Amino acid sequence: MELFLYALDNAGLLLTRTIEHIALVGVAVGIATLTGVPIGIAITKNERVAQGVLYMASIIVTIPSIALFGIMIPVLSLIGHGIGYVPAVIAVLLYSQLPIIRNTYTAINNVNPALREAARGIGMSPNQRLRLVEIPLAVPVIMAGVRTAVVLNIGVMAIAAYIGAGGLGTFISRGISQSDPRQLIVGAIAVSLLAIIVDYSLLYLQKRLTPRGMSREAAAS
Amino acid sequence: MIRLDNLTKVFDTPKGAVVAADHINMEVPEGEICILIGPSGCGKTSTLKMINRIIKPTAGKVFINGDDTTGLDTQTLRRNIGYVIQQIGLFPNMTIEENITIVPKLLGWDKAKYKARAREMMAMIALEPDAFLKRFPSELSGGQQQRIGVARALAADPPVMLMDEPFGAIDPINRAVIQDEFLKMQQELNKTIMFVSHDIDEAIKMGDRIAVFREGKLVQYSTPDDLLGAPKNAFVESFLGEDRALKRLNLVKVREIVTNEIGTVMPSDTLETAMAKIDDYGYQNAILMVNERKQPAGIIDRSVARTTKGYCRDHFQAVPAVIGLDDDLRKAASLMFAHGQTWLPCVNEEGTVCGQITQRAMTSHLGARYRARQGDDRKPSAAIKE
Repeated sequence: MELFLYALDNAGLLLTRTIEHIALVGVAVGIATLTGVPIGIAITKNERVAQGVLYMASIIVTIPSIALFGIMIPVLSLIGHGIGYVPAVIAVLLYSQLPIIRNTYTAINNVNPALREAARGIGMSPNQRLRLVEIPLAVPVIMAGVRTAVVLNIGVMAIAAYIGAGGLGTFISRGISQSDPRQLIVGAIAVSLLAIIVDYSLLYLQKRLTPRGMSREAAAS
Repeated sequence: MIRLDNLTKVFDTPKGAVVAADHINMEVPEGEICILIGPSGCGKTSTLKMINRIIKPTAGKVFINGDDTTGLDTQTLRRNIGYVIQQIGLFPNMTIEENITIVPKLLGWDKAKYKARAREMMAMIALEPDAFLKRFPSELSGGQQQRIGVARALAADPPVMLMDEPFGAIDPINRAVIQDEFLKMQQELNKTIMFVSHDIDEAIKMGDRIAVFREGKLVQYSTPDDLLGAPKNAFVESFLGEDRALKRLNLVKVREIVTNEIGTVMPSDTLETAMAKIDDYGYQNAILMVNERKQPAGIIDRSVARTTKGYCRDHFQAVPAVIGLDDDLRKAASLMFAHGQTWLPCVNEEGTVCGQITQRAMTSHLGARYRARQGDDRKPSAAIKE
């Protein structure tokens, strides 16, 4: 009850922080998609490059977020952005690469060889094959990667409050520093709820983006 | 017309170079279906796929309608060759209409033209355009999907088609139906077709010519009848199977071995006349009775003719079976076995008697080619014995 009242009293602030949080993750994963999908497609051309890129992306994910922020402070201080919005977005951008690149790579590589051969055999150029066949067929799996990235990074972004990036993490960090369980718990619940709601929204979007002829197959599998 | 000139493919594998196709020289005349056949790994598929460069040739040239394709851009080449594969490969993200019109679109046809073409293609493969064009491949049965696959390959009206075991994944009943439909289409379309198959019966049914491959080499290239009648070596012989003489029954028409000479009697003849004719012609069992329009009316049994007095019209039995001139020997043999006959009267399109076909004539026709090659002492093991 106490928590509920607290949340109600601070509804305005909660909303602002939530929007901040969504904006941070949205911008970061948005940019990550724009870089990750082309990288994922490009590395399908060369198995060794692919293994290298995926290995690097995996290593990045193993760096604890708090350490990553720490590493970036001196580097980004050079351009005057040691803390705040920029390092938070960069961290999320880096963490998002693995699920997005990996899913894109896997999806394009797993396009049925018969379809690939049919596309070649009827005279599509490599670009036409990508645009007309391979990418449309890969969309559901790529979207699943984007979803993973978003959900993962809604959590990561909560920690970015420590470097002054804002977002729902501010409730948690203040709750800890002020020994105020109300703020702490409201912040934590808000982050979890956001993750769940965004995940379902993206799932809906993923289904909408799945080519119609494939949704039956997807439903069956 | 497709002509292969010393077409060769060498694959580099960890175990060393493997010659998949070794200096293949062959020509498929315009409007004919050529079946490439052989055991797996014999080079038939490699040879086919080198024509549209799905596999890049190591050496040699491909000519289509007399033109060397070596200088052509790969995409242009492929857009002008229809391509059908066993796995069908319809794009699941596209509707049937989009699948069929993909090559015309790539070739830059305008919308009205390719939309009309899609409907035309559906009519050709006997699927209702309004019911199917807006549907997706996953909503169709395997047989329907492969019909669409064929339609997609034919949509831009290419002069040449390559088919890689196109009907291999379809159940036997539907396969026979699609084969028949395809042959009917081909009669009108007159495409030059190369067709890979692993099924000798399909090859004999579909092919104007058959090319038998073994270990990267073209072993024999001839018409189905020549192939079955005169296999070049033991490998081809074993590949065709022990019953290859029976397979030829499908290929030979009654017209080719019918004898015009047939003794007949009229209903008004006496049995005495019938007996005389039976002896004259040397018939063992019976003689055919025809009516005044020369249509088969009955048969007079030898024993009846010998022992009874009277007219033929009162002592005949029903004609067990007759055969048309354009029926094949398989049907003739089947009718003979079914009715325990050693001969059948043959009728022309009007139904009038024009000759007869005997088991002896069939046996000798089928056996002639083997004996010519192997000497007379060879047992006609697979031929029908009288």
